[in-house]
Amino acid sequence: MSKTLALLHTQADGSLPKAALETLTAAASLGQPFDVAILGAGASAAADTVQGCGAAAFHTVDDPAVAQPRYATDAAAAAALIQTSGAELVLAPGTSRFARSLPGAAHRVGAQIDTHIVALSAEGGAVRAQRWFYRQRILGAFSRAARPWLLLLDTGVFAPWQGAAGSAGAQAVSVAFPDDDRRTAVTGVQKPAADAQTIRPDAKLLFVAGAGWTKKQKDGQFHIGEAGALILDFLGKAQASLGSSKSLVDIQGDGQETLTFMSHMNQVGQTGSTPRHPKGIATCCHGEEPHAVGWRFINERRAVNLDPNCGWAQGKADVLYVADAFEVMAKVNALL
Amino acid sequence: MNGFQIVVCGSLVPDPLQTLEPVTTPQGPGLKNETMLPSVLDPWSAHALYEAANLAKQASGSKVYLVSLGPKAKLQQLMMTVAQKVPFELVALDGSASGFTDAHGVAAALADAIAAIPGLDKSRLLVFGGCASASRDAGVTMQIVCERLGIRDFFAGVDEIQVAEDGSFSVLERIEGGEYLASTCKGAPAVLAWATGNLPEPPNNPQVGMANMRGVMPSLMKAKPTPAGVGGIAYETTEIPPQKRQTRIVKDASTDEIAKEIVEWINN
Repeated sequence: MSKTLALLHTQADGSLPKAALETLTAAASLGQPFDVAILGAGASAAADTVQGCGAAAFHTVDDPAVAQPRYATDAAAAAALIQTSGAELVLAPGTSRFARSLPGAAHRVGAQIDTHIVALSAEGGAVRAQRWFYRQRILGAFSRAARPWLLLLDTGVFAPWQGAAGSAGAQAVSVAFPDDDRRTAVTGVQKPAADAQTIRPDAKLLFVAGAGWTKKQKDGQFHIGEAGALILDFLGKAQASLGSSKSLVDIQGDGQETLTFMSHMNQVGQTGSTPRHPKGIATCCHGEEPHAVGWRFINERRAVNLDPNCGWAQGKADVLYVADAFEVMAKVNALL
Repeated sequence: MNGFQIVVCGSLVPDPLQTLEPVTTPQGPGLKNETMLPSVLDPWSAHALYEAANLAKQASGSKVYLVSLGPKAKLQQLMMTVAQKVPFELVALDGSASGFTDAHGVAAALADAIAAIPGLDKSRLLVFGGCASASRDAGVTMQIVCERLGIRDFFAGVDEIQVAEDGSFSVLERIEGGEYLASTCKGAPAVLAWATGNLPEPPNNPQVGMANMRGVMPSLMKAKPTPAGVGGIAYETTEIPPQKRQTRIVKDASTDEIAKEIVEWINN
């Protein structure tokens, strides 16, 4: 049986992100005692909010140096927390903050680290993990004998922990941060304007626009402005998250006229993101394998395409509508 | 400032259009016909390379190195195209580029190779790489390289770097929800793991290719055998789970019918 630590961080407002609560569920699911460690602004108060999670002890670092998500200070704080707990197995959420800093922390404490964990089990003290290789194409199950072992869990795999708050009596861990750890200063977060925010990780629906929206339509003309209006109207009405194929965002990089609100951030697939949404609909997109691998965690899939033999027809979608996406989406928007 | 020494870490991955099938080999998991699969430069590493070349152009006196761990013969093939893109000096390491290798061993090999570059000046060093590979997709290699080189500043999912005249720079890193974390750093040394950046793929330039190849061939000739393997990972299974769906193809329905069905599905 490995001594386990759920290593978490707070957000700017001092609360724990959903992914941190999911990590608590994962830690509890192993059926062995665990500690909780939290770094970031308001860590001690955050520990109180999860006091009822079943942890044997709570450790925190809430030095002002870790108020910002900065690699050097986060790695130092995480390493101190791991060493203080004496944990052999460390579970942590795969947030951008920890994906950046925990590999460095692992190196500092002589640990091994694996990321993008999508399943976890412990039988007879042996811990087994699963993750995807080759960008969601091959699923591997594996273990490591080395300890400590850090595992970053993909978000959306475990249900968020829910339970009672209380007094956690967290032990504050002191960390000495040298000046060299502060060479980087976080200056802020750049958010798209509220009406331009098209990436919504918690949306129930993913809407993917393919390059077909920017091609000549059946009248021989481009209708890029109309395409943009239809897509934005749909996103607003359905509160969907916008994804894109690589070919569409590459058009923008090549300087051609395209959808102005689309960027590489929207790209789904082998060189883009692999979002988790209950439903997804692809439009004007051929469903080629490098794009479709980004749909690995989309449960219900539909597509609208003029080509009845496109990739979506080859067992990648539940339903393929062979139709003009301009016409279909205009009607859909009217009904919504 | 005398420009940067920009070291890009990047290797080959199977062409994304290829079908991948896992097999068991004496060295651990691998891909069926792995040596025969066409390869491309890992996409995120490629973005890092193009951004490095762009930065080197802006900061005079800069030089770009590409440190690449892969089977020597496949690296040679890859260089036929990559070398035509931007100017760089290749540092080749002869070993496996499999997605099943352990990132810890790969990072150690890369860090050793970077540290051994003649004339390396850490005060001018920027190490670039992809934020993850399209093969292992671990996203940990560059941080371990950073630690092994004793560098304190690391950035992940980078889409932009802006360098000031005094050598300090600002960085945009991708975070959740389509947002960017904006930071400033006092300057080199630093490690940047790139997302896509903002640059298109450069067109092939035969003159750049010829200049690069003069260094590429000697580098390949003296590529150090590097035993990158599965390391401490004990694989139990590697498989392609059945994904195929029974697709219902709706061909002859009217636009109204299709729209109605989609809206009902969305609202359910």
